[in-house]
Parts: sequence; C-alpha cells; structure tokens
Amino acid sequence: MSQAPRILYCHCAYAQVVPKEIKDAVLRRLSEAGVAFEAVADLCEMSARQDRTLQRLAADESGDGLKIAACFPRAVKWLFSAAGAPLNGQTTEVLNMRVLSSDDIIRSLLSTSLQPNLPNDKGANSSPAGETGQKEGPENLNPATPA
Amino acid sequence: MALREQSTLRIVLYEGQGAEPLEPAGRFAVLRDLLENGYSVTCVQQKGHVSPHDRGSILVMGRFLNDGPADVQGAAGTEVRFHNLANHDLSSVTSIVDSRRTESAAVRQGEWKPWFPVIDYDRCTNCMQCLSFCLFGVYGVDSAQKIQVQNNDNCKTNCPACSRVCPEAAIMFPKYKAGPINGDVVSDADLNREKMKIDISALLGGDVYAMLRERSEKARSRFGKERDSDKALKERQKCLVKLAESGDIPPEVLMSLPSPDEIARRAEEAKAKAQAALAARDSQAPAAPAS
Repeated sequence: MSQAPRILYCHCAYAQVVPKEIKDAVLRRLSEAGVAFEAVADLCEMSARQDRTLQRLAADESGDGLKIAACFPRAVKWLFSAAGAPLNGQTTEVLNMRVLSSDDIIRSLLSTSLQPNLPNDKGANSSPAGETGQKEGPENLNPATPA
Repeated sequence: MALREQSTLRIVLYEGQGAEPLEPAGRFAVLRDLLENGYSVTCVQQKGHVSPHDRGSILVMGRFLNDGPADVQGAAGTEVRFHNLANHDLSSVTSIVDSRRTESAAVRQGEWKPWFPVIDYDRCTNCMQCLSFCLFGVYGVDSAQKIQVQNNDNCKTNCPACSRVCPEAAIMFPKYKAGPINGDVVSDADLNREKMKIDISALLGGDVYAMLRERSEKARSRFGKERDSDKALKERQKCLVKLAESGDIPPEVLMSLPSPDEIARRAEEAKAKAQAALAARDSQAPAAPAS
C-alpha cells in the first residue's frame, strides 16, 4: 500500500438505528483529525438508487484499501453489491457503529493498518449485479492537483 | 421518476492547496447539516485521499484564496461548479447547496425512507419463496433466473415479512432493529427460529395472506353494520393485530392492503412468477449424469 486507506463514513440519516451520539462523535472526531474522507448521508438510499458514487467508492485500483464506518459488515457488503459495486473483500474493513464505541471506531479509522472483515464469499461471482462498473474520465480531487 | 434514474449532486468541501481550512467545529457543523439534509460530501484535506470523480455534477465549496476557480463544463455531462465560502456564514452552506442542487436539476434526497430487502447471495439458495410471498412486486429474476430485488421502492416501509419466510435468513433489512435481519451474523438458533416461523404460518392456515383474506372478509361484513367509521377502523385494526405480530408486519401496512380479491389476484400472480422462474431455472440446469 502506498497511502493510508480511504475513509468512508455513513450517517445513516433516514433511520435511528445507529445511536446519534455515536454518529456525531465519530463525525466530530473525523472532522477534527484533518484527514480527507468521504461522508455519505445514507448507504441504503444510495444502494437503492444504484448510485454510481458507490462504484467510485468501491473501486480500489491503488490497493490502498477502504475503511467504512457504517453498520454490520454483511449488510454493507451486499448493499454495495446490489448497486453493482462489489467491495474488495481483501482490502475493505467495516466498522460497525451499531455495536462499537466511538473510541474504537475512530482509532481504527485513523490507523494506517487495515483489518479486512467482510464475510467470506462461498463461491466466485456471487454478486448479482456483475463486476465493478466502468468509470469514465476520472478526475483527481486530491490536494496535490487541485480541482 | 424511478430511483435509479435520478441524478444527484456531489458536494466537495475543499480544504487543500489554494484554500484556507475551516475551523474543526465549523467543518463538523457544516458536514452534519449537509448529511442530515441528504447530501453526500467529499472532504478534501491536505492529508489522506479520496476517490476520483467519474461523471455528473459536482459542487466544490471552500474558502478559496483570491476568487477561486471558474466553473468548468467537462466532457460526458460533467459539470464542476465552485462556490467560495470566504466571508460566508457557515450556517448558510446548506441553503447555498439547496439552490445549487435545484439549478443542476439533481434530485432532493431524503424524501423516501430507504427500506427494502438486501439479499445475501452467500446464503440464498434461489428457492423463490420470497418471490412467491411478496404481493408488491419487489422481487423478480434476472435472465439467468436468479432472484433479485427489482423494485425496491415498492417495498412497504418497516415491513420485514419476506425476511421471515426465507429459510436461509438470506434477506436483510439493514435498518431493522434486530439480527440477523439487520445484517448481524446468522446463528444456528436464528435458522431454527426462521424455520419455526414458517411452521407456525402453516398451522395458521397455509399462508399469511390466506389468513388476511379471511379476516378482512369477516371485518368487511361487520363494517356494513357500522355507522361509526372510527369504531370500524379500530375493529379492523384489532383483527389484524395478531397477524401483524406473527410476521412483525406493521399494522399500517396491513391496513393499506388492497381488497381481498386484489390480494388473491396478486398472490396468485406472485406464485405463478415463482413457479415459472423455478421451472425455467430447472430447464437451464445441466442434466444430471446417468447413474
């Protein structure tokens, strides 16, 4: 890996299943950490609309990995898959805000080490929606080459 | 417009080169407000990295030095617009984004609670019980006769009933309160419990919709004698409470069901779809070797 894993935070905005104090604490401390991250309002909603953003987030061409603060790893895995954006099981770590403390979550998010924890596939090509979608004309949004 | 056809606006909060950073408390407040209003935000900082853009509209906001970059109309419909937050009250950011969203014709998110089934294909055996059970056309099959969720916005909010008929606990509702339906690990006890629920359903009269039809018909004959519609409604609700409890189906979902005849028609249609899918799947399967 050449860089720290990317960070994705899900706010689970349309339900009360993730405790508000956990969501707010994680978001606050990410905001204070001065690191780049992606924040989405609700992964379920994006999966339902097959939002192409999920393909962008799931794509890991550099192999740097992805850490996702959301809910249960099994749910996250299949939400991405349902949107045609399967996650790489070898380079994805999901931190469950329904059960973990905000301290544990933020410590893992900001750590450079990655502990992949998606449930294992039972067989190849288990995704119903095929492979990761094709991207057109990637545009770098990172500070080295400002947009 | 169907959910999958709607376009959204990507918001980028830019604090990299050429922009002054926001104060952490202000950054948190802006982010939380945007997220609560259904926007997704890419936070660009000096440290760390984010994923590239693919296509669609982007609004880049930041405290840019000088006047900030000019808007860009890119290829393949990509439009990049900039908004300089220098000298702006950060509490106005969401209203700025709202008006930019309107200009870009992107959809307003958050007007539909995302409640729909998510299939765990590591567990699913393609038995079609969910397809046969659902009256609302949520499920369908792909060209290979594999079960899939095709019309997730048809799903009845807070109703997890199809997950309870799945013998493999392969159907999740990530916003459900408890496991394994919420995506938690499936235990042997969960599988036994799921099987037991089906047995109870069978004991109650074959399927949940047959029971519903019977109750609705009884209730309808009673309604003819009722003068007080509120009282009739309460009576109907009472009749459906047991059914709601047996499948954890919200009473409001049951109350919104169509007429018994329509329910019967849809149930037959769903059953026929499932049988056709199973027959097609079996005909596509390679022949078993001769013994």
